[in-house]
Amino acid sequence: MAFVDRTARSLLLTELLSGLWMTLRYMFKPKVTLNYPYEKGPLSPRFRGEHALRRYPNGEERCIACKLCEAICPALAITIEAEPREDGSRRTTRYDIDMTKCIYCGYCQEACPVDAIVEGPNFEFAAETREELFYNKEKLMENGDRWEYEIAQNIALDAPYR
Amino acid sequence: MVVQALAFYLFAAVVVASAMMVIAARNPVHSVLFLILAFFNSAGLFVLMGAEFLAMILVVVYVGAVAVLFLFVVMMLDVDVTQIKHGFLQYLPVGVLIGLILLIELAMVAGAWVAVPEAQSVAQIPFSPGGDVTNTQALGAVLYDRYVYLFQAAGLILLVAMIGAIVLTLRTREGVRKQSISDQISRRTEDSVEVKDVPSGGGV
Amino acid sequence: MEEFLTGYALPVGIILAQILAIVVPLLVAVAYLTYAERKVIGAIQLRQGPNVVGPFGLLQPLADGAKLFFKETILPSGANRVVFLLAPVLTFSLAMVAWAVIPVNEGWAIADINVGILFLFAISSLGVYGVIMAGWASNSKYPFLGALRSAAQMVSYEVSMGFVIITVLLCVGSLNLTDIVLAQETVWFAIPLLPMFVIFFISTLAETNRAPFDLPEGESELVAGYFVEYSAMSFALFFLGEYANMILMSAMTTILFLGGWLPPLDIAPLTWIPGPIWFALKVALVLFCFLWVRATFPRYRYDQLMRLGWKVFLPFTLIWVVLTAGVLVAFDWVPK
Repeated sequence: MAFVDRTARSLLLTELLSGLWMTLRYMFKPKVTLNYPYEKGPLSPRFRGEHALRRYPNGEERCIACKLCEAICPALAITIEAEPREDGSRRTTRYDIDMTKCIYCGYCQEACPVDAIVEGPNFEFAAETREELFYNKEKLMENGDRWEYEIAQNIALDAPYR
Repeated sequence: MVVQALAFYLFAAVVVASAMMVIAARNPVHSVLFLILAFFNSAGLFVLMGAEFLAMILVVVYVGAVAVLFLFVVMMLDVDVTQIKHGFLQYLPVGVLIGLILLIELAMVAGAWVAVPEAQSVAQIPFSPGGDVTNTQALGAVLYDRYVYLFQAAGLILLVAMIGAIVLTLRTREGVRKQSISDQISRRTEDSVEVKDVPSGGGV
Repeated sequence: MEEFLTGYALPVGIILAQILAIVVPLLVAVAYLTYAERKVIGAIQLRQGPNVVGPFGLLQPLADGAKLFFKETILPSGANRVVFLLAPVLTFSLAMVAWAVIPVNEGWAIADINVGILFLFAISSLGVYGVIMAGWASNSKYPFLGALRSAAQMVSYEVSMGFVIITVLLCVGSLNLTDIVLAQETVWFAIPLLPMFVIFFISTLAETNRAPFDLPEGESELVAGYFVEYSAMSFALFFLGEYANMILMSAMTTILFLGGWLPPLDIAPLTWIPGPIWFALKVALVLFCFLWVRATFPRYRYDQLMRLGWKVFLPFTLIWVVLTAGVLVAFDWVPK
């Protein structure tokens, strides 16, 4: 009996047909494609994307040039030079991040005592030359201004877990 | 008729030229490709004579199968022309002798050729069996009716040759692990997998 | 002069028009077959397929064609130039030539010759030369391996295809394609000869080097097999030829087993639809099966492919030929 069963099964190609039936059913299932440039997937508030230097609500830059981020950066991507400003406060004159070195570990934002350097939610900053990825202070401040709303929200959302 | 004549001369010229190239080409693969061209154009000549069945069979059998195997073998050959030319002078007298004998024999055949008087007129007309009998049917009637025993005998001879070739090369080797597909597909989950309920901390 | 016009110029003009009427829709069909392939396989894999160029990505094939047209044709320095360039042209033109005998409707074939099915078989068996020549002339390892695989594979599966065709011919009693279709007016051969239909379909997959028999191109092992070295238009010709061959094989399946242009049942609403539309629908259905199979099954191993061809299909079809002949003689159904 088992022999008949087996022979019938292989002659009637049941396995092939069941495979075909399976793929046919899949054909009419809803598609999982994310239409990327037009649709984007959800991001966690902890997402570590492009860096930004933030300001206080009154417009004063947060960074106090403590160089903790420079010290902790495992990829040595951050370079900081500092000098007292006219009003006597300690500020950076140079704050560079080499984005081609950065490994997006997030240690800089963890180390920052004033939440100045953060990794924002932006991940679409691909460039055509390496030079465009050597960020200076101006670029980082500009990023901070552009993404302030999202960054603030993410920090607020993540605050209960810290 | 002009078109037919033109087509005939075209096919015939290509057949002759490519047959020349088969022996003249330096590269053996080119030779085989020219051979295929010659086959193909002979099929064209058959079509012109109204023998479309033969033409198609020529293409299917010779071009589609036999020549593929030729090409297959020739492609893998690593022919070294200098080595072939090495013994050329040594064999030249024998080659010339055989060629001469063949030439003389051919001349004798051509000289002693007697054609039936009406052959000339018959050869002019393309073969078309009367009525609605296609030449496929005509061929079938001859092969499977009048000459059926000879046809079967020819088939048997080929079969014997084939079996002989297989028997000569077939040997059973010991200790070779071969895949047996029927064994594989006849395996069932019940025979090969056992699901055991393992109590936690108890071990199997 | 007048004789020349009516005797030669006019027929030649008509034939040229007929050729155009077949080739242009065929090329459009080929273009959209590539689109359909990407869409269908995408859908089966829960993706969307091309959807950016034009509405629903409908202009994608044109974009691809334009891209290939403007690319640079590369001739490898070690290649055998003439054969290398001849191979894609051969593949493409053979795929086109075969369409001369395909009847799309009763009497709608450019050449309704007596040995139509043999012509198709002959042309499809020539298809292997494009592959072998390309593989050899490229003077490169992967193409050569692809060519060897293809040669052995296509010759093997032609044998069982031949026997399947013989079974059909036994039931028809003619080699003419129109007669073959007309013999299916009562019932399509796919029903009484179902096993042969299945074997024929599988053999056409092997004959067109389609998955699961795509070893000659086998992307994961031979990169692209015999057309690794081709680029731009020479590649496009291969591509077109391959897909035109798929359509040709589907048309052949339709004619042999699915009743050509005949409607499934000879009843009123079905007979209103004209023959060519039925024909196109059936060809499209078979083509869908090609794509469906590609999306479902993994590639065969080479020894398994040979085993299937020689040890399964060949004996099976041979027995079936004898069986069919026996049944036809026993019940006195032999067609006159």
